[in-house]
Amino acid sequence: MARKKENVVILSQEMIAQDIYSMWIKTDAAKEAAPGQFISMYTNDGGRLLPRPISICEINKADSSLRVVYRVTGKNTGTELFSRMKEGDTIPVIGPLGNGFPYKEAAGKKVFLMGGGIGVPPILELAKQMECGKKQIIMGYRDAETFLKDEFEKYGEVYISTEDGGVGTKGNVMDAIRENGLEADMIFACGPTPMLRAIKEYAGENNIVCYLSLEERMACGIGACLACVCRTKEKDHHSNVNNKRICKDGPVFLSTEVEI
Amino acid sequence: MDMRVNIAGVEWKNPVTVASGTFGSGAEFAEFVDLNRLGAVTTKGVANVPWTGNPTPRVAETYGGMMNAVGLQNPGIDVFCERDIPFLRQYDTKIIVNVCGKSEEDYCEVVERLADEDVDMLEINISCPNVKEGGIAFGQDPGAAERITKAVKKYAKQPVIMKLSPNVTSIAEMAKAVEAGGADAVSLINTITGMKIDIRRKTFLLANRTGGVSGPAIHPIAVRMVYEAANAVKVPVIGMGGIASSEDAIEMLLAGASAVSVGTANFYDPAVTMEVVDGIEDYMKEQGFGTVAEMVGIVK
Repeated sequence: MARKKENVVILSQEMIAQDIYSMWIKTDAAKEAAPGQFISMYTNDGGRLLPRPISICEINKADSSLRVVYRVTGKNTGTELFSRMKEGDTIPVIGPLGNGFPYKEAAGKKVFLMGGGIGVPPILELAKQMECGKKQIIMGYRDAETFLKDEFEKYGEVYISTEDGGVGTKGNVMDAIRENGLEADMIFACGPTPMLRAIKEYAGENNIVCYLSLEERMACGIGACLACVCRTKEKDHHSNVNNKRICKDGPVFLSTEVEI
Repeated sequence: MDMRVNIAGVEWKNPVTVASGTFGSGAEFAEFVDLNRLGAVTTKGVANVPWTGNPTPRVAETYGGMMNAVGLQNPGIDVFCERDIPFLRQYDTKIIVNVCGKSEEDYCEVVERLADEDVDMLEINISCPNVKEGGIAFGQDPGAAERITKAVKKYAKQPVIMKLSPNVTSIAEMAKAVEAGGADAVSLINTITGMKIDIRRKTFLLANRTGGVSGPAIHPIAVRMVYEAANAVKVPVIGMGGIASSEDAIEMLLAGASAVSVGTANFYDPAVTMEVVDGIEDYMKEQGFGTVAEMVGIVK
């Protein structure tokens, strides 16, 4: 009985790009949090009840705070309610949840850290904590609103792709790898499913160890509802079928163990 | 003051359990609640063989609740017996095993398999709206419901609770049918079939197209149906549907439920059951009820 849903204080909130918000919260969850984990955030609206799973963007253990960077997904959504909250307001959260990236495996390796769209934020804390041979950070965006890009620059070589070609390589993160002739022997990635699918294929063809952070609609975030499952190659020990729970067994999986 | 209730000969320490499918077999909640403080744990539906469940997305939020079409993913009765029963037996709570199936034979196989297992009650799910075969097919026709009840009763060594669907014209008639079939108790309501459309993608939000709506939004419907069922049968009624607080639970008891299940609220407030137990106790003190039975069905 160690865990609970707690009301935490918002330390700051700002819009850092169109529909993209950055929020710092004060929470003891920061003490246990690791890159790639997420927190469940709840609205204070009694009608919008389910948690929104939001990836952890930065961890400050010294002052027990966490940063989340999230996208407002539309009008009258829970994330829109989050975006209206101000410094000093309280927000219910549970966390940290999920397994996180096994970043210590990257020691001495030539690594790709890849993020796409709202999959970019969890890569920031990963880039911060990872110690590896060569750190190549490849980020994909829609357009020139390359949020968090500057913050990545102190942690490694940064490559950008944009769908409209406004900044960096025109196209996606795979195009950026090709255009820059990049190579890796380990990959960590978070982003939309088509991007992860392409990375999984690339890792398979080139025999690269690859970890993917997946996303799916969740109802509980703690492994009970079985909503957020993904297909797995092998029978899962918990479910006894070819399904793993993204919230509890993930969100980070070896690319070879999941079918996406 | 006595919180104990007797449901079909099984004594629970208090009238609070959880709705099947919202609590796994308790392991995920042990971090959030003291399982010893629940009257019973009702486990997620289990079939004779493992079920993969439906494609994703399996859930969607609806205002004041949610909609699911998980499709009764479960590891099968063998894994359940090896892993989940011993886990729950570490706690001082009753074990209610929810049983699902696609045919009469499936249900009976699981019930027979459980006959000599250390579990306290069986809940037969004839009301899941999210699986094509079986499930709901037995739960919308009084004749079929009575027959399946009779069939499982032949194999059951534990008291049998029949879980009813709200997606029927007369819940009273369904409750009477399973009582006639030998049910030791009834539980209701399962989820209400709904649909949600993504207007941007112009398609269904759930891969299954339809799903079962649950959560606080359906609570008044559940209270009405519990009232009707409780006034139609002599066997105990376990009331559920949108209970998110002790006040919601007390309404169910006053409407005629002998015990209550907390469901969807577990998903967004994992410790909610503790508040429900405490709140019922406080209410009984405040209102001068000596036993839970004294308050059951007093609103006529």
